[in-house]
Amino acid sequence: MTVWTWLALAGAVALALVAAAELRRHAAARAAGRRFLRHPTASLGVFILAFFVTLALAAPLVAPYDPARQLDPVHLQNQPPSLRFLLGTDVYSRDVWSRLVYGARLSLGIGTMAMLVAVTVGAGVGAVAGYFRHWLDAVLMRGVDVGLAVPRIFVLLMAVALWERLPLVALVLLIGFTGWFVTSRLVRAEVLSLREREFVAAARAVGAGPTRVIFRHVLPNAAAPIIVSAALGIGNVILLEAGLSFLGIGVPSPLPSWGSMIHDGWQWIVAAPWTSGFPGLAIAFVVMALNAVGDGLRDALDPRKEGT
Amino acid sequence: MTEPLLHVRDLKTYFVTEHGGGTARAVDGVSFDVYPGETLGLVGESGCGKTVTSLSILRLIPEPPGHIRPGSFIEFEGRNLLTLAPKELRAIRGNRIAMIFQEPMTSLNPVFTVGDQIAEAAIVHQRLSRRAARARAVEMLTLVGIPDPQERVDHYPHQMSGGMRQRVMIAMALICRPQLLIADEPTTALDVTIQAQILELLDRLQRELGMAVMLITHDLGVVAGSADRVVVMYAGQVVEQAPTRELFARPLHPYTEGLLASVPRLDTRVSQVRGRLHSIPGQVPAATAWPAGCRFHPRCPYAWDRCATEEPPPLDTPGSEPGTHTVRCWLLTEPQRRERRA
Amino acid sequence: MTLPAPLVQVEGLVKRFPGARSLLGLGRVRRIVRAVDGVSFAIAAGQTLGLVGESGCGKTTVGRTILRLIEPDAGRVTLDGADVLGLGARELRALRRRMQIVFQDPYGSLNPRMTVQQTLAEPLAIHRLAARPEAERRISSLLEEVGLDPAFARAYPHELSGGQRQRVGIARALSVEPQFLVLDEPVSALDVSVQAQVLNLLAELQRKRRLTYLFIAHDLAVVKHIADHVAVMYLGKIVERAPATVLYAGPRHPYTTSLLSAVPVPDPKAQRQRIVLQGDVPSPATPPPGCPFHPRCPHPKKSSRCGIEPPALREVAPGQFAACHFAEAPM
Repeated sequence: MTVWTWLALAGAVALALVAAAELRRHAAARAAGRRFLRHPTASLGVFILAFFVTLALAAPLVAPYDPARQLDPVHLQNQPPSLRFLLGTDVYSRDVWSRLVYGARLSLGIGTMAMLVAVTVGAGVGAVAGYFRHWLDAVLMRGVDVGLAVPRIFVLLMAVALWERLPLVALVLLIGFTGWFVTSRLVRAEVLSLREREFVAAARAVGAGPTRVIFRHVLPNAAAPIIVSAALGIGNVILLEAGLSFLGIGVPSPLPSWGSMIHDGWQWIVAAPWTSGFPGLAIAFVVMALNAVGDGLRDALDPRKEGT
Repeated sequence: MTEPLLHVRDLKTYFVTEHGGGTARAVDGVSFDVYPGETLGLVGESGCGKTVTSLSILRLIPEPPGHIRPGSFIEFEGRNLLTLAPKELRAIRGNRIAMIFQEPMTSLNPVFTVGDQIAEAAIVHQRLSRRAARARAVEMLTLVGIPDPQERVDHYPHQMSGGMRQRVMIAMALICRPQLLIADEPTTALDVTIQAQILELLDRLQRELGMAVMLITHDLGVVAGSADRVVVMYAGQVVEQAPTRELFARPLHPYTEGLLASVPRLDTRVSQVRGRLHSIPGQVPAATAWPAGCRFHPRCPYAWDRCATEEPPPLDTPGSEPGTHTVRCWLLTEPQRRERRA
Repeated sequence: MTLPAPLVQVEGLVKRFPGARSLLGLGRVRRIVRAVDGVSFAIAAGQTLGLVGESGCGKTTVGRTILRLIEPDAGRVTLDGADVLGLGARELRALRRRMQIVFQDPYGSLNPRMTVQQTLAEPLAIHRLAARPEAERRISSLLEEVGLDPAFARAYPHELSGGQRQRVGIARALSVEPQFLVLDEPVSALDVSVQAQVLNLLAELQRKRRLTYLFIAHDLAVVKHIADHVAVMYLGKIVERAPATVLYAGPRHPYTTSLLSAVPVPDPKAQRQRIVLQGDVPSPATPPPGCPFHPRCPHPKKSSRCGIEPPALREVAPGQFAACHFAEAPM
């Protein structure tokens, strides 16, 4: 670890602190923000997320080594954490800290992208089913029932079997396309009740077509549950990706995702607990942070709590 | 004069709003009496504090954010309700003082039969056996005019219409034969023909059971038909109180006067009504920022500089016995200003 | 009656809703609720028809089917001669410039996430009536017309009082310069003093803009104040229809009579014979045979005929229509 990487790390912490403080300042000025801040852990969650996102974005600055480089397979196997190797090295003599930092890119990136896919598809299907109802609703929702009934891991395993080395894009799409069912039900329920509201009737009465009604009047009012479910969903995807990678069918080695790091280190869990332990901790922190932020958002965006 | 059954003096119920808004003085120095066997109408528009007043009597204000300020005084049958221990208070609630609410659907528990719910108060307060309580429930259903009470007693709330549910609410409230019934907008959620049924029922039950009724409503028509005396509230205060006939014949507070004039009425000719309705300009101010001086002065057609600075106390009207017709308005000290305006 | 040609004409309007599905026996039985059952009326240009009834009588459904917010199952609606029900999507959109609606609930009828400006700009954008700078000017003048400060344009609905929201709802309806407005209980949710303000505003707008109103309400006193003609509905049918002066002076249908007598009058000295109807309004899924009102009817001449033969809506006095076998001998 050079002076520069230490400086960069300090910078990342500072940036995360500033981001969290700035968010608090903005939030305190609005009623919804104050409801968010009333959650004791929400601010901490924001700080943790900001920290990992900064790490991911600034990975080349914060990581002292190439995450895939085997530094010295003979002498530097499973080195414990030290000033030189902040979180130690793994069995292939790779720097765990560097891999963790680059792993943040992959794990958070896959989580976010897959969730975006899932939320887009889920919101689209839910909105269409809820707004048009009748046979379209019946067809789409029976499809969702089928989707929910098929175990996700089974679909993913099947895809791996058909596709030797799963490209990352395919992995993201697979996770995304198998993860929208719950969101679509949520959105549909929300849309079903919103479409009966008088402001929707008013919009139709002034001549707004279905597209306009859905995008301007219905979905913005259904945004709260969608955002909350997305925040909680990212955590789920990260866990799922970790599980897949742990089984050796997720992110292909030597790419460092947190799941594949646990996979690489688990056989030495007693001799070198840092190799799997730190990525495991990272996953735990991020998922807890996402849950805390999700809970905070749920309260912040719930209009029924307005005025309290 | 007989002793009042309920004696409310200088009641102040404030709510602390969370941020910036400050303290909402929802009820701010309200005084009135309810005499045994009479119907007192408590009238006002939304936000005037009439519901908070009624909830304060039974200490049903959620604390926090609400609290009843020290110095407030509510005496019922000689006891100060505000200093009563929770156990003693529970012995009064639902027993000596009962309450019915506006929304009969949400005030009934959907998972119990109406019979169970009616009998509950009798089991709690009079320690009746289940069988005796059930018999009482059937008796009460008969009393409130529900057909086939033997069968209806086992029905669930969702099997009944809105009017029926309100009758069930009344049966629940009256099973312990309370001395005072507080009815908070009991007919607002109902259709006109059902409203007429319920008002008639309340009238009859009051005669039969000899209880006092505090009828809270925004509808001056309902008050005119049912109340013996009327208390008009505005901005957390009682602005006028008088016997019903007196109030409708001679409304002295400009707010009462304006309110009466803005009601569209059936008892005028069509040719007369097709003009402009009288309306009170502006809106009710926020409870966190009542205007200084008289709280009605920004909307008052008679207001002069004194009204903006000095708050009027309840003043007795000339020519009536002290305390029978009081008005919170400086016009009573300078009646010539009213004529000049008119 | 000699009237100018009607602007709005409704004939034989029917709307059925599928009722609750029930699994009786083997087959799936679907009960049909006839929410609107053959409603006909006409409104002359510049006039107001008050449509009165208790909850569940179908009056709101009538208003919404006329605008085709709900598609009717049968009947004919014409606006200024144009057949409303036969229009395709494109022509319907064009027609919506000419007829608009104001809703009851001032809290539910405005999108909580749109400012007043955005709400009022939407119809202008949909019908390409005005682009940016012009739109802002029109919104300001609309707000002034409904008695609001143009500064309210930047406010969100939750920052407004009930009366102010209802004014915004009226401004939205007026923004496309319609000829005909359906007012669906526009003042029922408002406080008395604010209700008077909004009623006055509606009367003033009608005069200034020569608007035609269908005023839907449950309050006969409010309708008396604004309507030229009144139609009373019970269980999906019009039971009485007459010019306001005639109807309030001498109702011919016992339901109208009872409804009028049930309205509380703010005068303790009023010596009125109050007719208190017994029982509840029957479910529209299972309307009584014969005259739908007969189980509750207080008419002294009520006979077995009422339970068998449904009375037709017929002219019982010049301009006054009633659906009662004994309309010639009112209570």
